[in-house]
Amino acid sequence: MTKSKRKQDTVKKITGVAKHVKDSILKDYAPALKTPLRSLSNVTFSEKAGYFQLKGGEKERRLNASSIKAFTQTLLMMNESKNVVESDDMMTKREAYYVSKNWGEAKFSEQPESDAVMDDIEAMLRIQREQLGFIPEEDGGAVAGKLTIIDTDPDTGKEIKVDCWKMGSGAYNIPADVEGFSFDTKAKFVLAIETAGMFQRLVKHKYYEKANCVLVSLKGVPSRATRRFIRKLSDEKKLPVFVFTDGDFYGHFNIYRTLKVGSGNAAHINEFFCVPNARFIGVTPQDIIDFKLPSHPLKEVDIKRGKDALKNDPFVKHHKAWQKAIQLQLKLGKRAEQQALATHGLNFVMTDYLPKKLKDQKLWLP
Amino acid sequence: MAEKNETLGSFGAAKKAPKNNNGTVHAVELAKRQRDIGVGEFFARNKHLLGFDNPRKALLTTVKEAVDNSIDACEEARILPEINVQVIDMGNERFRVVVEDNGPGIVKKQIPKIFAKLLYGSKFHSKKQQRGQQGIGISASVMYGQLTTGRSAKITSKTDHNKPANYYELHINTQQNKPEIIKEATKEWKKPQGTKIEIDLEGSYQKGAQSIDEYLKETAVVNPHVTLIYVNPKAEQFIFQRVSEEFPKEAKEIKPHPYGVELGVLMSMLRDTPARTLQAFMTSEFSRVSPGVAKEVCAEARLEPRMKPGAVTREDAEKIVRGFQKVRIMAPPTDCLSPITSELLEKGLKKEVNAEFYTSVTRAPVVYKGNPFQVEVALAYGGEQLKDKAAKLMRFANRVPLLYQQGACGTSKAVTGTNWKSYGLQQSGSNLPVGPLTIVVHIASVWVPFTSESKEAIAHYEDIIKEMKLALQEAGRVLGSYVKKKHRVNLELKKRGYIEKYIPKLAEAVKDILGDGESEKEAIETHLIDLLEKTRGQVEDMAFDPSKNVEYDEQFAKIGKEEESNDEKQA
Repeated sequence: MTKSKRKQDTVKKITGVAKHVKDSILKDYAPALKTPLRSLSNVTFSEKAGYFQLKGGEKERRLNASSIKAFTQTLLMMNESKNVVESDDMMTKREAYYVSKNWGEAKFSEQPESDAVMDDIEAMLRIQREQLGFIPEEDGGAVAGKLTIIDTDPDTGKEIKVDCWKMGSGAYNIPADVEGFSFDTKAKFVLAIETAGMFQRLVKHKYYEKANCVLVSLKGVPSRATRRFIRKLSDEKKLPVFVFTDGDFYGHFNIYRTLKVGSGNAAHINEFFCVPNARFIGVTPQDIIDFKLPSHPLKEVDIKRGKDALKNDPFVKHHKAWQKAIQLQLKLGKRAEQQALATHGLNFVMTDYLPKKLKDQKLWLP
Repeated sequence: MAEKNETLGSFGAAKKAPKNNNGTVHAVELAKRQRDIGVGEFFARNKHLLGFDNPRKALLTTVKEAVDNSIDACEEARILPEINVQVIDMGNERFRVVVEDNGPGIVKKQIPKIFAKLLYGSKFHSKKQQRGQQGIGISASVMYGQLTTGRSAKITSKTDHNKPANYYELHINTQQNKPEIIKEATKEWKKPQGTKIEIDLEGSYQKGAQSIDEYLKETAVVNPHVTLIYVNPKAEQFIFQRVSEEFPKEAKEIKPHPYGVELGVLMSMLRDTPARTLQAFMTSEFSRVSPGVAKEVCAEARLEPRMKPGAVTREDAEKIVRGFQKVRIMAPPTDCLSPITSELLEKGLKKEVNAEFYTSVTRAPVVYKGNPFQVEVALAYGGEQLKDKAAKLMRFANRVPLLYQQGACGTSKAVTGTNWKSYGLQQSGSNLPVGPLTIVVHIASVWVPFTSESKEAIAHYEDIIKEMKLALQEAGRVLGSYVKKKHRVNLELKKRGYIEKYIPKLAEAVKDILGDGESEKEAIETHLIDLLEKTRGQVEDMAFDPSKNVEYDEQFAKIGKEEESNDEKQA
C-alpha cells in the first residue's frame, strides 16, 4: 500500500465511525463503538495463520450518561488523528495527552487515560497506531548488514537509499513508521539479537559479512516498528529470521514469542506485527548443558513465568518442543545470558556457537 | 429509702473510740457513738446524689426542680402554665433564683413541709407520670442554699384570689429533717393565685449545652403548652411563648401492678391498707387484680383469702410476691401515660433545628416491671447541621430535658446500639452515628428509673432499651429511605451535569471529523439532548431550602449553642 493510499484508508475509517455516530444520533438511536477484547484469553494460536488471532470477544460502548465522557474523548482523539494524518505529521503518546488539554472539560487528567483511548481506537479501526499518526516514545531497534533500505524524503518525496553496511561502527536506527519502506539485499537471513552488547560485538567484527546476513538489535522486547520492520523485510525478500536471546523465560516468551506471534494485549494488530517464520536458535536450555554455560539460579519470578507459560500461553500449548524446553529449564533451575558464551573466548560466539546452531535445524526451537 | 437508711448506721461510728484493756473497743463505748443519721445530714454530705456536685450544676438543678414542680402543679390543677424564672448574679459566686408560677398555690400548713423537709411529697407514693417523682428536689435546693449562703428560702403562695398570700422564710433542720420557720406572714399579692420561691445559693453561671438557658429552651420544646419567661444572670430576657393552648392528655394515676412490686413495698402496703381481708387488699391496692386473680394468688401462696392483711408475716409476704409471678395477670392499663405526641415533638424539633427532613415515632405503651411506659423518637436530618460531627442526642424523661451524664444514660445505649449504617449514616463500632442528624428520645412513664436521685440518666433496663431501639429503628427506616433517595437524586444530577458538559464537545468532534457546518452540529446537539436527557425523566428537587421550615426560630436555636468555657464539661 502506498503512503497516500494508507492515508486515505485511515481517514476513511475515521470518517466512517463519525458518520455512523452521526446517523445513529439523528435517528435518535444511541450509537455504539465496538472494540475487540485485548487479553491472552481472547486469542488463539494456529500454525496456519502464524500469529495470535482474536477469538471475537468484543466490548461494546454504547452512548449513555456514564459512557459519554469516554465516548466524546474517543471521537475527539480520532479527530486529532485525522488532522495529523492529513497534514503528514505525527504525535507521540505524550504529545497527544498534551493536545487534549485544549478540549476543555473533555481533557485527560493523566496520560494512561489518553493511552487507553488510543489503544481503543487502534483496536476499533484495526489499523496500527503509527498509521493513525501516533508514535511511541520508545527507541526502535538497530540494523546493520548487507541491506539497502529505500525510504522517501518527507519534503521532496524522492527516494532515499540507506546502506546499512556503511554505518561505520554504528548502526541504522529503525524509525517509528516503516510502512513506506522497500528493501534491496543479497543477504541469506536475518539474525535478531536481544542485547545491544552482543549486537555490537557482531557488528564490530563484521559478522554480517562473514555470515552474509542482516543483524537487528531488538533492545529487549522489540518495539512495534522493529517487529514491523523485520516482518516486512522477511516477507519482501523471503528471508528466514533467526532469534538469539538470553537463555531465560523472559527472552523466550516476552521477546521471542511476542516477535513471532504477537501478544495478547495487542492482539488486534498482531496480524501486521508478527513474524511467523522466525525460529529460535538460542540460548536454549539444552545449550546450557551442551556448552557448559555459567548460569544463575532461576528466581521466583522466573519460575512463575515459566509455569504460567505452560498453563496459559496458547503458543506454548501448541508446541510440544517448547513445553519440553520449559520443563527442562525448570528442572535445571538455571538461566544463562548470551554473554555467558564469552567463557569460551570472546569470539567463541562467532567462530563456534552461531555457525553450529545455524547449521543444525534440530537445535532450534519452533 | 428504707434500704439507704439502714446502711447509714456506720456513718456516726467513724471516730476513734476508747479502748479495752486488750486494746479492743468495748461495745458499750461504741454504742455511745452510734446514733441516728438525719436524712438531711446524710444528703448534706452527699450533695452529688441530688445533682449538686459542682456550682454550675447546683444552679441548674435548683432552677430545674422549681420549674418542674411549677409545671406539675399547674397541670394537676389544669391551668395553662406561665412561669417566670429569674437568675440574678449577686456577686461573689452567689446567685438568687426566683421562680414564680400561676399554679393553684399551696395551702398554708403544707408550705413549710413541702419546701423544708426532705422526702416529703405526694409524688413518691403515686404511680403517675409526673416530672418530679422522688419528693426530694426542691427541699434539697433549699438545703443547698442554706448550706452555702446561710440564707433562708422565701416562699410566697396564694390559693384564692380573695385571700392574701402566705409568706414564709424557711430553714431546714438537717439533723431532724424538719422545717424551721424563720418568718411567717401574710402579704398582698396582686396575682390571683400561684407560688413564688426565692433561693440564694452559691453557683456558677455559664452558657452552652448544659446551661440553664438550654434547659429552659428544651423544656419549651417538649412542653408546647407552657409559657416561660426567663431572665438570665446577664440580664438577657427570653420569652418562650406557648405554641399550643391544648393541655397534654391528662396522666391518670394508677395503682401498682403486682408484677412490679417488691417485698418491702408490699409489706408496708399491707401495714397501711384499710382493707380487711387479704383478697380485698389485693383487689383494691393493685391494678388488674380481680377477686378471681386474688384467690388464685392466695392459693399459690397457700394463704387464706379472708385473713387479715395485718396478720401477714414476712414469710407470707414473700409467698405472695412469688404467687404474683406465677399467676397470669393482665398488663397494667396504659391510658395513664401522656406522650408528647409525634406531631408536637416534630414541631418542637423544627423550631430548634433547620433541617431538610424530619420524622417522628410514638410507640404504643408497654410495661417494664409492672410500670407502663412509652417511647417517642424524632429525627432531624441534613440542612444546616454539620456533616462530619457525631449526631446530637436530646434526651427527655416525662417532658424534662436531661442535660448531664449522656454517656451513662440508657438512651445513649439504645442509640449507639442501633445500626445507623443501614440508614445511610456513618457509624464506627458502638458509637453515635456521624452525620447531620439530631436524635430526640422521650420516655414517658409512671416511674422513670433513673440511675441516681439527681435524675440525669435513665437506668439500663433491658425492656426500656429494647423499646427505644424499636422506636429508633422505626424512625431510622423512614430516614434511610430519604437518605437513599437523596443519594440517587444527587447521582442523577451529577450524571446530568456530565451530559450537559459533554454534548457540545461530542457534537463538535463529529462535526470536525466530517467537515460539517454549524447547523448540522446543532442538529446533533438537539437530538443528543432528546436522546440522553429527556429519556431520563424529571428529577425531584431535593436541594435544601433554608426558608422552607417556617417553624425554625434562629434566635431560639442559638440558645445553648455558645462555646462552653473551660472546666465545666461533664465528666
